[in-house]
Amino acid sequence: MNPRDAVLEKYSARVYKNRKDHVLTVPEDGSIPEMGANSRSLPGIMTERGCCYAGCKGVVVGPVKDVVTITHGPIGCGFYAWGTRRNKARPTIEGEHQENMPMMIQYMFSTDMQEPNIVFGGEKKLRKACEEAVEIFHPKAIFICATCPVGLIGDDIHAVAASIEEDYGVTCVAFSCEGYKGVSQSAGHHIANNQFIRRIVGTGSRPMPNPYTVNILGEYNIGGDGFYEEELLNRCGIHVRSAFTGNASIEELASAHEANLNLVMCHRSINYVADMLKTRYGTDWMKINFIGVEATKKSLRDIANYFGDQALIDRVEEVIAEEEAKYAEEFAYYRKKLTGKTAGLYVGGSRSHHYQLLLKDFGVSTILAGYEFAHRDDYEGRDVIPTIKLDADGKNIETITVDKDPALFHTYLTEEGAARLKAEHPEMELNDYKGMIVDMDAGAILDDDLNQYETDEFVRLLKPDIFFTGIKDKYAVQKGGTLCRQLHSYDYSGPYSCFHGAANFGRDMVMSLYTPAWGMINAPWKNRASIQAKVAVGGES
Amino acid sequence: MLDATPKERVTREALRINSCKTCQPVGALYAALGVHNCMPYSHGSQGCVAYHRTVLTRHYKEPVMAVSSSFSEGASVFGGKSNLTTGTKNVFDIYNPDIIAVHTTCLSEVIGDDLKAFIRDMEIPEGKLVVHCHTPSFKGSHVNGYAAMMAGFISYLSEKTEKPNGKLAVFPAWSEPSDLRLLKHYMDLMGISYTLFPDQSGVVDAPMTDHFESFPKGGTTIDEIRGLGDCTHVLGLGEWTVPEPCNALSKKCGVKSDIIPYPIGIANTDHLLMKLTELTGKEVPYAIEEERGQLIDLILDQHIWTSQKTCAIFGDPDFVLGVTSLVLEMGMIPKFVLTGTPGHAFPKMCQALFEQYGVEDQCQAFEFDDLFTLHQLVKNEPVDVLIGTNYGKQIARAEKIPFVRAGWPVLDRYGHYLWPNIGYRGAMRFVERISGAIMDHVDQTCSDEDFDVVM
Repeated sequence: MNPRDAVLEKYSARVYKNRKDHVLTVPEDGSIPEMGANSRSLPGIMTERGCCYAGCKGVVVGPVKDVVTITHGPIGCGFYAWGTRRNKARPTIEGEHQENMPMMIQYMFSTDMQEPNIVFGGEKKLRKACEEAVEIFHPKAIFICATCPVGLIGDDIHAVAASIEEDYGVTCVAFSCEGYKGVSQSAGHHIANNQFIRRIVGTGSRPMPNPYTVNILGEYNIGGDGFYEEELLNRCGIHVRSAFTGNASIEELASAHEANLNLVMCHRSINYVADMLKTRYGTDWMKINFIGVEATKKSLRDIANYFGDQALIDRVEEVIAEEEAKYAEEFAYYRKKLTGKTAGLYVGGSRSHHYQLLLKDFGVSTILAGYEFAHRDDYEGRDVIPTIKLDADGKNIETITVDKDPALFHTYLTEEGAARLKAEHPEMELNDYKGMIVDMDAGAILDDDLNQYETDEFVRLLKPDIFFTGIKDKYAVQKGGTLCRQLHSYDYSGPYSCFHGAANFGRDMVMSLYTPAWGMINAPWKNRASIQAKVAVGGES
Repeated sequence: MLDATPKERVTREALRINSCKTCQPVGALYAALGVHNCMPYSHGSQGCVAYHRTVLTRHYKEPVMAVSSSFSEGASVFGGKSNLTTGTKNVFDIYNPDIIAVHTTCLSEVIGDDLKAFIRDMEIPEGKLVVHCHTPSFKGSHVNGYAAMMAGFISYLSEKTEKPNGKLAVFPAWSEPSDLRLLKHYMDLMGISYTLFPDQSGVVDAPMTDHFESFPKGGTTIDEIRGLGDCTHVLGLGEWTVPEPCNALSKKCGVKSDIIPYPIGIANTDHLLMKLTELTGKEVPYAIEEERGQLIDLILDQHIWTSQKTCAIFGDPDFVLGVTSLVLEMGMIPKFVLTGTPGHAFPKMCQALFEQYGVEDQCQAFEFDDLFTLHQLVKNEPVDVLIGTNYGKQIARAEKIPFVRAGWPVLDRYGHYLWPNIGYRGAMRFVERISGAIMDHVDQTCSDEDFDVVM
């Protein structure tokens, strides 16, 4: 029996019916199968997914560094989303920006709703909390994020935000991201994206150092990935206007519409913004990926080709050559230590794809991959979007439509220019994303919304050398003798982006696989024939 | 670090900044982990349990098995009965625990789901159990949720039969697995027959075996929880936390209880051992007395570094009261003592300790407060050492205060859960760490001429 069937076999008929479309094998014939995705998790199944609030406050809104983000609700949600995602930030130092800009992401703000606030409504307390934030911190902006009870008791957080704006002249934006909305964090990304487009982007303007000015969308600067990316792009002569939303300031986001190209890192969490920016302001977007050596090279070349300036194209080649020379020895060493290993990946909405490319750079093949909260287009590519049917949960998430803004509309390439570019560079994903499956080997397992049982079983059956996932399942995998590294927090390491990041990643993988204690799990007096640990044993030499 | 925190304090009525507590359900989840073959179950949207598993795993660096009802918007409107029924069925089918311990969330509390009726109406497989408790996140804190889940198990399971089992029941406030191991070690040394409930040792500090078990060896068994009704007496550890389960058992089975302070520090550990002797007639063996002597010896040896030093302590009520008692015994001055958990009793209990040591004019206690307040307090009146959860590291860095991690959670260090806080041995570890932090600070900040290689 193939591993997929062996794992699904244990399920009851009802659970099997629900899971069968989410667990597939990559076909031998190179076709792209239809993947079950973005649908409700069954109760009791031990999904690793989080909620709408986690996607909105935790992922997209939380990283904005100079804003007071108040969680409106009982204390837990705000507490758990406090400083736990490793979205790094440093003060912006330029122009009108103050050098000692306090990093508000170090703080946790909550209305800490108590029973009377639930019974009699929490709007007054929310308003008071905003007033106190204004009095103590004089912030440029206040964001309000809703938790489950807020929607249920009917607090109008948008009205409170409007009254704060009116009375105190501070930007105040509310996000209706109650935890029960949608089926995963993905709903929260969407809600956050909508409000950024509606309320923030297009309200500011800043000088453009050169026409090669881009935004990096879906870069949350986990472990400092965005820092490496900005550094590398700067060296090439490409200017980063803003990142959505790692290390972002409210002013950078407000003037994001002025950039000439949007680079999309995490397609899942931010593609709505990319689409809406194109419609409203005319800016093209491009799916790029700075995770992996080859992926970084391709991304840099794609960007340079988009702008079409020979000096820029040449400069990109120089930088690539310099970086490759700098890390050649390290890369060769890690490749030697890692080639032939196998990996399983279960991460959010893009990393399961991105990291396959980085692993491939080091000779590691991916035998299992899945997303926690992706949609079909993240697996199969954007061509399927028109055919995706919204279910009841999807329909509850607001979709906004935007119109062309004639005053701010600007295009770098004409439509003909873009078409010509696409014809010349068929691999370039301009206003497009081809999905994860196309990059996977036949026979590999795809698993959407992988739950604890499936993780345990697949790791047992497929025996990958390394499994990449989050903190909740990490130690279960590791207790079973398989190395497991967190790919949400990078196990407190990183950055993993670009050339330098690839070296960091290689170093971390070798370090983890070759830690001598792996070979000492069984006590010597336990007279067992062989050690069961599925990882390489012995020193690094 | 924390550059936006002003020195001037403003009265806040609504804005919580840098919380010193979290919500009830995570406490209920932790209590349920202390029951053998039990699956904790969160009746709400799936984000809650994702956060709770995450924070517990980040503290213990161990797998934390728990599931949720995965509420959708529809369930939030029409009620979560079918989610609970399907969810518990799926858990028994896939993970096969002996018991499922359900706790509520703010979502299911607000819509008023009647869990008692839901559980009564559902089909539970032969030999399996489902229990529940209410843990509204908008009341109390994680500490209350822990107590509520204990009471939930007792209300469902504990029975008084005709046959007393001669055992002492011991109900600890939220404890580290290391503390539970030490407690059992003391009682074993004394030859006491007991039921410790809950008992997370062997669950959240399980060994590396190269074989993963969803339900590790540890935990109080269902039979032991049933048998609580036949115990001779209950000893509750933690005046703040355990009255609820003690009352639940008294109400259901008539077992009487004594509740003593959480046994951190000399006096509190003395109290524990005296009480164990009183309730069981067993003597304290020399092995424990020797430990006590080592602790006193250590405190006197190092007092030149800690006596009269000031500190700020924050965290959960029972834990903080214990640490406060210990630092007072060391001759330190706990200038600021703070908990995020609401309860007027807490400052009164602190006050009684301050008065006992004649430092009431120098010390203040705060309940239902946060780390922003604590930061402002130490900005205005500096202290020599800060003691509390990992979130204190921000304040310690901002104000350059030596910092000792203690309590729950500690998300930024490894192995702490393997070493006790309670008992004489736990106190020795505290003393070593507090004096070490102060002395490291001296080493790092003094001039070269003042730098001593012998201290």
